[in-house]
This record gives sequence, structure tokens and C-alpha cells, in this order.
Amino acid sequence: MSAAAATAAASYSLVRQPAMETGLLEVSMGPHHPSTHGVFRMDVRLDGETVVALKPVFGYLHRNHEKLAEGMSYLASMPFTDRLDYFNSMTNNWAYALAAEQLLPIEVPERAQYLRVIMAELTRLVNHTSLVGFFLNDLGALGTPLLYAFRERERILDLFEQASGARMMCNYFRFGGLRCDVPEGWLARARAVVDAFPRFLDEFEKLLCENEIVLARTQRVGVLSGAQAVNAGITGPMLRASGVNYDLRKVDRYGIYERFAFRVPLGSAGDCYDRFMIRLLEMRESLKILDAALRDIPTGPVMGNAPRVFKPAASETYGRVESPKGELGFYLIADGTTKPYRYRVRPPSFINLTVLEDLCVGHTIADAVVILGSVDIVLGEVDR
Amino acid sequence: MTQTLLNLLAIAVPLAVGFASLFAFTTWLERKILARIQNRIGPNRISLPFTRFRRLFGLIQPAADGLKMLAKEDIVPRDADKLLHLLAPILSLVPPMMVLCLLPLELPYATAGMRALQAAALDNAVLLFFAITSLNTLAVFMAGWASRNKYSLLGGMRAVAQMVSYEIPLVLSAAVVIMAAGGMNAQAIVEAQRAQWFIFTPWGLAAFLIFFIASLAETNRSPFDLPEAESEIIAGYFTEYSGFKFALFFLGEYLAIFAVSGLAVTLFLGGGAGPWVAAYPALSCVWFLAKIFALIFVMIWLRGTLPRLRVDQLMGFAWKFLLPLSLLNLFVAAAALKLAKPWLSWPVGALVLYGAAVALSRSHRADAAPRTYSYAE
Repeated sequence: MSAAAATAAASYSLVRQPAMETGLLEVSMGPHHPSTHGVFRMDVRLDGETVVALKPVFGYLHRNHEKLAEGMSYLASMPFTDRLDYFNSMTNNWAYALAAEQLLPIEVPERAQYLRVIMAELTRLVNHTSLVGFFLNDLGALGTPLLYAFRERERILDLFEQASGARMMCNYFRFGGLRCDVPEGWLARARAVVDAFPRFLDEFEKLLCENEIVLARTQRVGVLSGAQAVNAGITGPMLRASGVNYDLRKVDRYGIYERFAFRVPLGSAGDCYDRFMIRLLEMRESLKILDAALRDIPTGPVMGNAPRVFKPAASETYGRVESPKGELGFYLIADGTTKPYRYRVRPPSFINLTVLEDLCVGHTIADAVVILGSVDIVLGEVDR
Repeated sequence: MTQTLLNLLAIAVPLAVGFASLFAFTTWLERKILARIQNRIGPNRISLPFTRFRRLFGLIQPAADGLKMLAKEDIVPRDADKLLHLLAPILSLVPPMMVLCLLPLELPYATAGMRALQAAALDNAVLLFFAITSLNTLAVFMAGWASRNKYSLLGGMRAVAQMVSYEIPLVLSAAVVIMAAGGMNAQAIVEAQRAQWFIFTPWGLAAFLIFFIASLAETNRSPFDLPEAESEIIAGYFTEYSGFKFALFFLGEYLAIFAVSGLAVTLFLGGGAGPWVAAYPALSCVWFLAKIFALIFVMIWLRGTLPRLRVDQLMGFAWKFLLPLSLLNLFVAAAALKLAKPWLSWPVGALVLYGAAVALSRSHRADAAPRTYSYAE
């Protein structure tokens, strides 16, 4: 046999198999996947079931939000802010109104201030109940906690509907106040919802926070250290779960938050369990704020004397609020016309998502889904 | 000869038709119970055509679902292994159908000659049961492999690891009963429980619990539904199945649940024994099914309640907890049977088994505990 034939035979040998090798499996999770929370994609590289590398891919829901807003008058983009984080239209509205009110100072009447706080805290309840429900869904709890969470959410959405006419796309805030006052009897109905809420939370915590499987699946999974969180610009419950005390309601004291007594729960481990628990505890604090706000709310107008045409002088500003997902900011540059020269959103979901790979690498694919759930993203805000 | 054939048909037809209709009923039951657990109503829309029965609690829903499945396009991925893709759902259906024949179901119209009616009253029925059901693993892996889909493959891998692991505690806990009954004949096992169901002994109770947990994993039920974990790998091994092939998987899964619950009833719950059976032997079949459905209800309840384990936790639970415990249970059962002193075996047996379970879970459980949180003002 010639040398060439021997080499060919060796390379073509079916009998002598080389040693068995394992390779990495690349899976493109999403954009159509039950638990990527919308049209989000994770390109994961798996060694068995362990995540070796993960690349978040987004942009499937990009709809030119910022450029659109630069082409229309300031107020006209208020309804579009509803669609950023479509769970929290009220806080989105507030962040935008806050930024605009810094460009052209308008006094916000007392009643409107109170209603803004009430709406924002109700929104926080909506967001956090949905989140814990979805989070447990990602853990494989087959919708049961989610549906109970949604039952409570429905009650608050009913309140939103009565006040603004819409359940999710509320478009309720205006520069200098609110679009309209709440209807008669609304405050009493809100009071009933707020009073009934702790019972739901008690039940939820009793059933889930000490569940063996929940504990085993979430503790020490997706640990984010405080330093890493600060470096990555993480905000909101995710940052506080890592033990960093930073809540814009305390730091900026925007609106009338300095009048309310509430505490900021802080985690220590920064894992999925802390992120889950911090949200539950924050709801308790929100209930305190709501309780006080519903008690103290004065009567009066809900709209300050805003100019008929909103036309700020050339200047720039950054307004931010503590949205349920983190720091939601609007950066506006005015050029003296009725349209913003530059309109930029600082979306908490998007920035909180940047550490996803660091959180997931080394965990299994099942954990990656749970970690993504604990980050709390809404694709409307990530992609804009 | 003709008589034998007729007898066989009299058994085979009710088994094939009866359990298939029970499958439809069970899907309805599962959806209804889950809906109640989840604060919903569940299916309640489909009416019986041309009748006054407009709603009927949604009982017609399974028929509508079946029609829909039949009418759906059968999609086979381009790169799939077409033969295996076709064979997998069939193979997943056949083993559970076969083992249903081994259950000591005493059908109501059993004549004296056909007493203890079952399609195949074999002396080693339990052994054959496990031999046949382990084929299911093959079907699942075939589906996962043949689909050429990464989620399917992951699901198939998970299924193989899980089903092979949980088969061991399953068989070991059945071995306890075989020891007590002195044989593997299903009818003899039921007879041996005439005085006392095996679940009412300490080793029998432990074996039943292990058997039930392992059978949840064996049939891919929550919280061990990793091979088809929706939130992680879409639908696992049957991601790429549609139409009637999907329905076959579904049917196979439910028949496997019937089969394994039926075996649990045979081994631990006295088979068809129950009140008034002596007076009306026909009731035996009813009791048998009632016990099966009681077990299925618990399965549905667990499904509506528990989150899912992770792969490593699942495997750890089988190998580090269930396996040692079922081995210990073998010794406890042997000692109890040898001593034959019930007043002694209960306290000692229960203490040993419970102590072992606590010690095992202490040493292997994830170091996880509820936390307290600090607040910043």
C-alpha cells in the first residue's frame, strides 16, 4: 500500500473511531420563546445544560420612539411614553412630565401631586405583582401564582380605567398636573383595594417565600454584587437586592415623596431570591405610602396654569423617577421651538439587562430563564 | 378456540376503548381542576350539536380537541429523521397500552371462568410491567433525536437521564411488595392484601410514597416535568410534533399515568378491594378506577401547586434521597416480615424510616433558608 493510500485510509477509517468528543450546543432562545418576556432573544452556548456564553439580542420591537418624539410637539409624545414599559404607563408619564416641567416651570397643584403619588404607587403594585407571578411561572409553577397575581392586578387596572379611561395605556399625566380629576367615589374604591391588598400579600408570602423548591431554585442563583451592580448602572429593585441603598424617591424626593414615611428594603446576597423578595417587601412599603396619600389628599384643581402652547426656551434637562423597574429618565434638549431638539429615554430595563451574561454564565439553562425573569424586563422599554 | 378469542376480545376491546375514553375524560378533569386551583373556570363552551345540551360543563371539549388534532397539518421538519419521527409517537403509545393488560382489573361482566379478569394474568406481571414501561424512554429519546431540534434534543437527554434514574427507586419500592406477597402475579398481590393493604404498614407506606414520587418523574409530571419544561425548552422532546402525532404523545403520556397509577393501586392500595365488593363483585372495577383517579387527582393538584426542580436537583433527589431510602426500606420490610410483630414493626419501622429520611434530606438538601431583610430609612 502506498503512503498516500495509507493516509487516505487512516483519515477515512470507519472502524477506528477517534475518541468520543463533546461539543458546545448553540441555542438561539427566542424571539419566539415562552419565557423571554416578549420578543427578546438570548444566544446561549451550552456545555450540556450549563451556560458557557450568552449574548442578548434585541431590537425586534424597535419602533423609533425617540426620533418620533423629536418630530412632534412636547405633549404629543405623552401617549407614546405609555408604550415604553406598558406595565407602568403612569410612572412613564410622570418621568416625562417631570422632565418637561423642569424645562418650563409650572406649578403642580396639591391634589395633582397626591394623585400622582397614588397612581405611581398603584403602578408599582401592578408591576411587582405581575413580576412575581411571571417569575414563578419561569420557575415552572404553571401559572397558578401568576393568575392570582393577575386577579389583584385587575382590581388596580379597574381603578386606572375609571380614572383615565384606559387600563394600561393611561396617558393620564399632563405638564403641570393631570388630564382630569378622578371620578366621584374613586378614592373610596382605591381605599378598598389598598386595604384588601395586604391579605393577598400575606397569602402569597406564606405560600411561596418558604417553599422548598423556590428556595432551592433561587438562592445563590444569578448573584450580582453591589459593586458590579453600581458599575453596570443597575437601578431599581435589582440594585437594592444587591444591598445598595439607592431609591430615587429618597434621593431626589421628587413630587411630594418627602412627606411620606416609608422604608427601602435592602437585600444582602443579590441573588434571584433577594430580587424576588425585595419586590414583595417594596409592595408593603408602597401600601404605606398609598395609605397616607389616600388619607391626606386635599380637594382642589388637578391642573396648574400651563401655557396653551408648550414652548420652552433653549435649554436642556434630565428628569427621572423611580419607576418600578429602576431609574427611568428623560433627557430633553429644547431649541426654543415647540418640539424637542433631542429626546432621549434612559430605560431601566435595557440597562439592567446589560449584566445578564455575567449573571447567567456557569448556571444551567433553566436558571438562565429564572435569572432573566428576576431582572424584570419589558421589551417595549428595552427596544423603544 | 373461538371462545378463547371471544374472551380475549371481551377484555381487549374494553381496555383499548375504555382507557382511551378515560383519557379524554382525564384531560377534561385535569383542565377543570387546574382551572379551579388557578381561580379560573376552565373549558365550558363546547356544546353537543343538535341537542339541548348547550354547555355540559365543557365535557365535549376533549372531542373537539381530538377533531382539531386530526384536522391539523402534520409537520415534519425538513432535516428530521422521518422514519424515527413517525415511529416515536407510536412507540410512546404502545408500551402503556400493553401494560394496561397486566392490571388486575376485574371487569363487571366477568364470568366464573373468567374470574379475575385481566388480559394477561401472568405470574411475573410486575416484572413484565417494568420491562415494558422502560421502553418509553426509548420513544422519548427517539422523538428528541429524530426531530433535529435543539430543544427536542435537550428534552430527550433530560428524559433519558430522569427516567432511567427514577426507574430504580420505582422498582425497589415495588420489590418490597413482591417480598411481602411472595410473588409477582398481580392477582396474587391483590389477594395478599385481603387482610391489610400494604400501604397500612410502615414499609408499605414508605414504599408507596417513594413509588408515587418516582412515578411522577417516570411519567414526566410536575414538579418533575423537565423533559417538557415549557418555560425552559418550549415543549421538550415533542416540540416538533403537530397534529395527530402530538395527540398520540399526549395519549401515551396519559395512558402511562393510568398504567403506573394502576400499578400503585395493585401494589399498595389493595387493587379492586373496597366496601360492598363481596356483595357486588362488579364494584371491584369501579373501586379500582376510583383509586386510580384519586391518585391522578393528587398528580393534578401537585401540578397546579409546585414549581419545577432543576436538572441537578432532580438527579440528586433520585440518587441521594430516594435510592438510599428505598434500599433501607427493603431491609426494614424484610425485618418486619420476618419478625411478623405488627405492634413492634410500626413504631420501630416508622422511626427508622422517618429518621433516615430526615437525615438524608438534612445532609443533601440545598443550603437554602428564608431570609430576613434590613431596611434603609
